[in-house]
Amino acid sequence: MVCYISNGMSDIFFLQLIIGGAIGIGAGYIGAFMILRRMALVGDALSHVALPGLALALLFNFNPFVGAFTALFVAIVGIWILERKTSIPSETLVGIFFTTALALGILLTPQPELLEALFGDIGNVARMDLYITLPIIALVMIALKLISKPLALSTISKDLTRSMKIPVNTINFLFLLMVAIIVALGIKVTGTLLMGALVIIPAAAGRNISRTFSHYTFMSAVLGGVAAISGIIIAHQYGFTPGPLVVLSGGTLFLVSLLFKQQ
Amino acid sequence: MELTSSILKVSHLNVTLDGQKILHDISFDLNRDDTVAVVGPNGAGKSVLFRALLGLIPYTGTIVWEKNIKINYIPQRFTIDSDFPLTVREFLNFKTKNHHTILSALRSVGITDEHHINHHLLNQRLGWLSGGQIQRVLIAWAIIDQPDVILFDEPTAGIDVGGEETIYHLIKKLKDEKDLTILIISHDLNVVYKYATTVLCLNKDMVCYGAPTDALDPSALKALYGEATFLTHDHQHK
Repeated sequence: MVCYISNGMSDIFFLQLIIGGAIGIGAGYIGAFMILRRMALVGDALSHVALPGLALALLFNFNPFVGAFTALFVAIVGIWILERKTSIPSETLVGIFFTTALALGILLTPQPELLEALFGDIGNVARMDLYITLPIIALVMIALKLISKPLALSTISKDLTRSMKIPVNTINFLFLLMVAIIVALGIKVTGTLLMGALVIIPAAAGRNISRTFSHYTFMSAVLGGVAAISGIIIAHQYGFTPGPLVVLSGGTLFLVSLLFKQQ
Repeated sequence: MELTSSILKVSHLNVTLDGQKILHDISFDLNRDDTVAVVGPNGAGKSVLFRALLGLIPYTGTIVWEKNIKINYIPQRFTIDSDFPLTVREFLNFKTKNHHTILSALRSVGITDEHHINHHLLNQRLGWLSGGQIQRVLIAWAIIDQPDVILFDEPTAGIDVGGEETIYHLIKKLKDEKDLTILIISHDLNVVYKYATTVLCLNKDMVCYGAPTDALDPSALKALYGEATFLTHDHQHK
């Protein structure tokens, strides 16, 4: 009986590590592109938008990932359209729109689930999460790899990229869509408040230690995975909530990376 | 005869951006192998003309390029952070992975030392290069896939005077070696006289178009830059 329970426990812990690690890898990889595109702030604030979607999912009892993703998708399309149609800088739009969403989300989320929604709870994973998370992360990473050339180029010069007949707006839209997917998945690990950090910190550390683009994107993904896995292990050892420890692990990796900064 | 060598026909081109008329009724033909200098004061619409020719912005009128023509473009503001993790090799690899093609393009822009290329330049971050070096790499990037036309938007912006001369000399050399039509935006009228076969003077309207010595007459210069600059120019060439 004891043996059965301990096996059951380690099974869940193992699941947490795989799912958390995969999300960390995906978040680090997409974060590499977000940092280059100076979207660090957007990424951070964007994760807050998921909260009202999550709240609705909890209230009406449907899959929280679907709720979070829908809210993120609406926000991203909104920003994408407003940026093209108005001259309001996206930072301002993000500042207004996303923090308002956070406020709305806090009001809507049922009190018992609020802490979990804000800071994540990977302790709650089930085998089903594995079957959903791994293929989605794999697909997003493959798609991202496929559009990595125009993404990198358009970061340097939009006109140069468009002059090569590359549909920059479509590529941007696809990219934002992938950001929404990764952030929606990552909320399970770090919650809506801290998900931005899982996207930004590993990539910032990866940038410090890389000279080439391929090394940078690879290291960002690896460091994302390391941050997530080490955070979950430490939280498990000392009985903390994993989300904040995942972010703290990332922060530590960033500090260490400063020692190896490429000049 | 003239018609067959025309690579671009622009007629009654108008561009309005944010309610402001930027280009008004521009019409000209461009012949294959021409080097056209586009001159005009700041805000004359020179970069806008390029962006319209590339189909990057909405316009009225017609712009007809010869069929199946390959056009490359080097934009003016090509600033890359020094910590942007992209090497020269990776940047050129966006166009081709073929090392020999890369080497030959770099050779064409005057970077000939193969040891330096393989062990230093290609592994260097793009953002670490000097203004002149970036410009050479950009020109290599522009010629690497054998274009018919290259549009240069102020290729020497941010480069010192000596470097400027080298870049223009390089562009002329490339033009002589390859079958290239070149459009170039420049502030420097001396460059126009020295390197261009044709000049297009722009100040929202098209002020002049033709061979530099004919087209850049006193009235054209006055319409472009006003009285004061006309006098300065006059002084330089006496």
